[in-house]
Amino acid sequence: MSAHVPVHVHGSWRRPGPATRRLGLTVAGLALAIGATFVLEPYRAYQVAIVAAYLCATAGLTLLVGRGGQLSLGHAALMAAGAYGFGLSSNALSAAGASGAVRLVVPLAAGVLAAAALGALLGAAGARLRGPYLAGLTLAVVVAVPAITSTFSRTLGGDRGLWIEIERRPDALRPWVGAEQWQAWVAITAAALVLLVLGNLASGSAGRQIAAVRDDEAAARLAGIDVTRVKVVSFTLSAAAAGLGGAVLAYVTQIANPGAYSLVFSLFLVVAVVIGGLGSLAGAFWGALLLVALPEATTSIAETLPVSPTLAQRLEGNLALLVFGLLLIVLMIVAPRGIHGALARARGALRRRWSARGPAPAPAPVPEGAAARAPTTG
Amino acid sequence: MTRPRIVQVVAALGVAALLAPLLASCSGDADDGANQGAAEGEPAPGVTDTTVVVGTHHPLTGPAAAGYASISAATSAYFAYLNDNGGVNGRSIEYIVKDDGYNPATTQSVVRELVLEDRVFAVLNGLGTAPHSAVLDFLDENEVPDLFVASGSPIFNQPEKYPWTFGFNADYTAEAKALATYAQEQHPGATACLLGQDDDLGEDFGAGLRTVLGDDGLASEQAYTTSNPDVSAQVAAMKQAGCEVVFLAAINAFSALAVGTAAKLGYQPQWLSSSVGGDYGTVSQYLGENAALLEGFVSANYLPSHFSETDEWTTLFRQINDEYNEGAPFDGNTVYGMSVGYLFAEALANAGGTPTRQGIVDAVTSGDLRGNGVVPLALSTTNNGAYQGVQVTVVAGGVQEYVGEPYTAEAGDGPVAPYTGGPVALEDDGVPTS
Repeated sequence: MSAHVPVHVHGSWRRPGPATRRLGLTVAGLALAIGATFVLEPYRAYQVAIVAAYLCATAGLTLLVGRGGQLSLGHAALMAAGAYGFGLSSNALSAAGASGAVRLVVPLAAGVLAAAALGALLGAAGARLRGPYLAGLTLAVVVAVPAITSTFSRTLGGDRGLWIEIERRPDALRPWVGAEQWQAWVAITAAALVLLVLGNLASGSAGRQIAAVRDDEAAARLAGIDVTRVKVVSFTLSAAAAGLGGAVLAYVTQIANPGAYSLVFSLFLVVAVVIGGLGSLAGAFWGALLLVALPEATTSIAETLPVSPTLAQRLEGNLALLVFGLLLIVLMIVAPRGIHGALARARGALRRRWSARGPAPAPAPVPEGAAARAPTTG
Repeated sequence: MTRPRIVQVVAALGVAALLAPLLASCSGDADDGANQGAAEGEPAPGVTDTTVVVGTHHPLTGPAAAGYASISAATSAYFAYLNDNGGVNGRSIEYIVKDDGYNPATTQSVVRELVLEDRVFAVLNGLGTAPHSAVLDFLDENEVPDLFVASGSPIFNQPEKYPWTFGFNADYTAEAKALATYAQEQHPGATACLLGQDDDLGEDFGAGLRTVLGDDGLASEQAYTTSNPDVSAQVAAMKQAGCEVVFLAAINAFSALAVGTAAKLGYQPQWLSSSVGGDYGTVSQYLGENAALLEGFVSANYLPSHFSETDEWTTLFRQINDEYNEGAPFDGNTVYGMSVGYLFAEALANAGGTPTRQGIVDAVTSGDLRGNGVVPLALSTTNNGAYQGVQVTVVAGGVQEYVGEPYTAEAGDGPVAPYTGGPVALEDDGVPTS
């Protein structure tokens, strides 16, 4: 997994600082996405919310693995921490009679904190463990989730999970905004926040330090980088993002239960970021989209196959696994940098055809989006 | 590379959101909303002149599948029979069954698919306390009739909070009170204990037992979780405590496990099981050649016995099972699934020529539905539970038959009373007419 840091050629005209520009773009993108939910059917809006929740987790994971070189197979457990943190605090607030925005914002923050605390622990261990040993540790954590929820079933609800009293959409919005649409708003906002923070971090000096630690710890130490701190902080941040994803998922589905954060789902997250393009936030988006779109596509394929109903039923859950696996193999052969890498290469080729030399203009978003839709149309 | 990357992310998000509706399979207007109950006279979602579409979530795979997967097949078989006999008010019933693996997270998405994508008229017999409680608020917010949930948890009988949701199974507390009363009559002074599932099933059942046996009426209370198929510690503890009578609030698989584990320890108490895990046909399949251990096994039931040679309901259901269900094993689940189908057909017939979502809920609470149980339906404008009474069954010579009189018991800590009205008789060959 080599670093993906091509030399960037700046245009000749003066722009505002990168952080300001990113903030502006995030707000614009957020407004666009929220506006788009008005033309979505409720079920699609629900799916958008799920994609956005997954995006929080995949964004944190792709930076941790791709930039930091710390393989985590247990990110589902961090999402679970976020979900249970959200659930417990939301129920506590409801019991105390709180309502309004506080019953949404505080539980979301609690979910982030719970996951960040667990992430800091794992990061501290990760600072002493390498490669497969860290992977094994994180794997153990995700395997332990059902055991933990059963052990503390009085509090966490055991296998059945924790049913959550949530703050529904504001009454003032009800005539215009559907329930699923509101959930999509909350999820998209959370995802935008994660992308903004992680995007700034990855492109700043912190991002360079993380990459330096991954490439050569000894050299990083010589350069005055506190390696342990960098590892712990990067794991904690990645965990916090996953926690926000889990908290949003808990808000949308109104339940936190161990079945949603299984080992299989945890591995799916890793596969998704690899397929999307390791180390890039755009890749994290493609990964999150795949996590939702693939099972649905395979289900509809399974329905059209001329097989007996019992076989179709067996295929339903397992066909998605098969397709995911095949996609992973094919993509790693054809496009080692995942979907995002392939798209970037295609765009680079296009750009070279258009202008033989000179500064590259900012890419126009629409053709890229249009081109990118083709392979994922379900 | 920083600039293009963030541009890509934001652009991709925006474009994806914009293009998503183009991908969406166009299934009508985006704003005819599942969010509004159809006005009087307009056709409700899922209803045409010739069909009514209803859906459900059942465990067809996963840990609970072995005990319950046959239920929805039986319901579908009954609907096939009904449709062949003219349906209800000229409409045939389409029943969409989605697998949720007994996992609440999956239940979330399949139920949203049913309501928002497939546009079902109602959700019928969603199975399981945990999976179904995950979608309660969603169904309530969308005002979807949530009929005859496959659970006896009081959660599904809250007319004030969830006016669209109605339970089917006998209330767990009512079952427990009836069984405790029976135990007091048959085994006065015996040491009583409870083995319960680590959720509402065990908790509500225990609460019901205590209202009859007293707060310290249970010498030992043990719990199991569905993810750990080992109850030896619990059974050993009960043996240690000298339990002579053991109440079971368990799903079928764990009833079998408890009986088998106790036999291995040379311990044979008197078992008294909730109807949830007390179907002889299902539990004996788990025990295989050791089914003889179930001799004397006491359980509660409220539907026609699947062993009966004389009961008209059982006879009809057996015919339907042979003709429309490929002769699948005929057990308590078969009778249960078909009884659910019948009750829904009755409600639909009572909802009038143009069924609306509000209309079918009014029909359910009208007090006109009869059901097919050993006690009358408890459904009313103030009660969203279908069955609130049970009769005791005992296994004798490999046959599970009703004994004595049914008891009716109000939910919560209300009294238990014998019911002498007799079971509901079969009418119109099980094809309800309005």
